[in-house]
Amino acid sequence: MDVQSLTAVRLGEKIKKKELSAVEAAQAAFAQIAACEKTYHCYVTVEEEKAMEQAEQVQKKIDEGQLTGPLAGVPVAIKDNMCTKGILTTCSSRILGNFVPTYTAEAVKCLEKAGAVILGKTNMDEFAMGSTTETSYYGVTRNPWNPEHVPGGSSGGSSAAVAAGECFYALGSDTGGSIRQPSSFCGVTGMKPTYGTISRYGLIAYGSSLDQIGPVAKDVADCAAILEILAVHDPKDSTSVKREDTDFTSALTGDVKGMKVGIPRDYLGEGLDSQVKETVLKAARSLEFQGAQVEEFDLSLVEYAIPAYYVIASAEASSNLSRFDGIKYGYRTEDYEGLHNMYKKTRSEGFGEEVKRRIMLGSFVLSSGYYDAYYLKALRTKALIKQAFDKAFEKYDVILGPTAPSTAPKLGESLEDPLKMYLGDIYTVSVNLAGLPAMSVPYGIDSQGLPIGVQLIGDSFQEKKIFRAGYGLEQAREDQDLLAPVLRKEGR
Amino acid sequence: MANIISDETIEYVGILSKLELSDQEKEQAKKDMGRMLDYIDMLNELDTSQVEPMSHVFPVHNVFREDVVVNQDQRDEILVNAPEQKDGQFQVPKTVE
Repeated sequence: MDVQSLTAVRLGEKIKKKELSAVEAAQAAFAQIAACEKTYHCYVTVEEEKAMEQAEQVQKKIDEGQLTGPLAGVPVAIKDNMCTKGILTTCSSRILGNFVPTYTAEAVKCLEKAGAVILGKTNMDEFAMGSTTETSYYGVTRNPWNPEHVPGGSSGGSSAAVAAGECFYALGSDTGGSIRQPSSFCGVTGMKPTYGTISRYGLIAYGSSLDQIGPVAKDVADCAAILEILAVHDPKDSTSVKREDTDFTSALTGDVKGMKVGIPRDYLGEGLDSQVKETVLKAARSLEFQGAQVEEFDLSLVEYAIPAYYVIASAEASSNLSRFDGIKYGYRTEDYEGLHNMYKKTRSEGFGEEVKRRIMLGSFVLSSGYYDAYYLKALRTKALIKQAFDKAFEKYDVILGPTAPSTAPKLGESLEDPLKMYLGDIYTVSVNLAGLPAMSVPYGIDSQGLPIGVQLIGDSFQEKKIFRAGYGLEQAREDQDLLAPVLRKEGR
Repeated sequence: MANIISDETIEYVGILSKLELSDQEKEQAKKDMGRMLDYIDMLNELDTSQVEPMSHVFPVHNVFREDVVVNQDQRDEILVNAPEQKDGQFQVPKTVE
């Protein structure tokens, strides 16, 4: 098997056993980047020199016995909305085209402490606003399963990089599905943990009450191992939660006997592609066969999650993105008359269409006269959605459903109609509104040869149940390695 | 009920958002926002009169800490990112006539 096809944990084992050095692992990643990046464009910035230096230092620490963790020496890619000291951080926006942070995001620091080698920064929808990675100022990313299709978004670069073997795992961020949906489209495993589990310090904010960083990797065991490293309380993030049950890998037993699994009937209705539906039902049968109790139920309120989400996320975005003013960092327009004109021109030239659309919607729903009717109404709806999940989790350990209504669309098909694109988030956004953990696990391939992910949703702080069910699904999956063709060809 | 966004409204939103829109962009923004609000109005189907707005999903409280300096002086490093700087400070266009 080629190095590129290894999971992060397996590569970590090999490095530990001295079968491979951290330097060789990084070299393998850069070789794959050199071979594939022209086609897929997963990265905004590749930092080969820095990474090779870091790999040497990490290997030294491994040799000296200072780094003993499971992922020491394993190369990682970071979504370009997380600050990295000395490395360009653009959020895939023109307005941050020259921004080099003076500090590193806490989540990235956690990885570095565990011996990660940072390869570069992955492409994304501008400011994480989009579902296809087509709103990036730096060009589109292509799906490694078929370059005519999008990788999903907004963490499309991270998911595609994992699928193409251009890194061994990646960090993404998920505000409304931005880890899970591209993971589903790229045939990789991605998790959004419970809100507050991973520090958001240094994550460039989009919708602060919804944003959560999470792992994107080749399998469930990788995600559990990465989350163990990342789930650390951080006093610098006031929403960071102190957790003690962070031994997530202990849930990888492969035993799902007795688990209660609910499938929302409202997730299987109109708008769901029949092949995706069949894959979800196949996953349900597998869990049932392994001894879980599976039943359908009515979750309710599903169709209200998207309007509530777009009000809340846009409102928070309009506030969060007010910091981009052409004064402290980033782009400033060339010609202007006075301060206000400078602000306006800088922002109008620096932001793309989708970002402007959401800032305007957010400013509107927060403006006096509309605040109650839109913003507070959305927050009340959010409370109802949370209640609906609370009720479901009185009965079920996990909820099983599709991650996205379809497989990856072709490039250029989605941006024409923003509202239609937003509807693609129907199965993912409610999880963010309720602050819940959820994971997308690849479970099948459609007739076009594109991967299909299924989603497991857990109650707050119940990631272990998700890992338990997800690992069970993965172990019993027909096709053990759902690798993208680019890795298969080289692997076999 | 279809939402019609007036010229005044889009002008006002432009001021709030600190965005300068061309006439063409304004027309498109009016259309996009109207359509989005039509969709969002779906929320009015829900009776939320007995529901409190939920801003945070967990019962977390304000987090206090001692106001102690933990970082070093990074002025010069930070200013490297400034579009314009002068004498160790951010330089802004003239604000007072």
